[in-house]
Amino acid sequence: MAQKIFAGVTVDVNEEGYFTNPAQWNKEMAIEIAKEEGIQPTDKHFAVLDFLRERFAKGETLTIRSVGNSGIIDIKGFYGLFPGAPMKKAAKIAGIPKPASCV
Amino acid sequence: MANEEFPLKKVCIICAKGSIEDVYAALVMGNGAVMEGIETKLFFTFFGLDAITKKTMNCLHTGVTGNPAMRMPGGLPFPTLLGVIPGVEAGVSAMMRSQMEKLDIPPVKEFLEMIEAGGGEVYACKLAMDMFKLKKEDLWEGVKEVLTVGQFYEKCGGLQTQIIFT
Repeated sequence: MAQKIFAGVTVDVNEEGYFTNPAQWNKEMAIEIAKEEGIQPTDKHFAVLDFLRERFAKGETLTIRSVGNSGIIDIKGFYGLFPGAPMKKAAKIAGIPKPASCV
Repeated sequence: MANEEFPLKKVCIICAKGSIEDVYAALVMGNGAVMEGIETKLFFTFFGLDAITKKTMNCLHTGVTGNPAMRMPGGLPFPTLLGVIPGVEAGVSAMMRSQMEKLDIPPVKEFLEMIEAGGGEVYACKLAMDMFKLKKEDLWEGVKEVLTVGQFYEKCGGLQTQIIFT
């Protein structure tokens, strides 16, 4: 298994850079990963990250639609916060595995 | 590896059929591409126009006769003769839509709005609209343009582009 250092701590990641153990994550790491992805995280970003982590912890499937219905942000705004591939980028920054969802 | 060196940059999806499964195949492929950050264009033609026509978009049906893959709940084959009874097709279609809702697959209109929100573009075929006597105002507001096939192909240019016919 690969490892990476974020915020001075060594964490386990898969070959694509997604955390394999979400418990190793913290906000300082998120800021560093976001920078790697070209994103300057705001409170709005963190609200989305928290939502994704919560849902993941409950074992729910992560979908774009669920983010749109979260009350935090609409889908267009989500694409705006994490440009390109929002679900993948947000999951990577949130320290959770790559979403295995088709919607 | 070739697929790392030349990732897909644009997909152009053509939907020519109006049954639930054909339309959703196009929508799932289209939305999936948008989610990956791939430039996405959807072109609806012939019966596929039902998916972007206001009146029909949220009540699409699936064919229950002559479909050998159709099964009853529990897995027994679905007899074609059952499918000819009035209301059966509507019932099966409603059941299919509710099953999809459980998987967080949205209704057609909402799905199209998701695609649009992510920057995907939706087009209608001019020839098929003339044939079905449809006007632009009959279509969902998010339809970007009514195109001839030539105009659609003009939008499909570029390296690392694929055209998908569902």
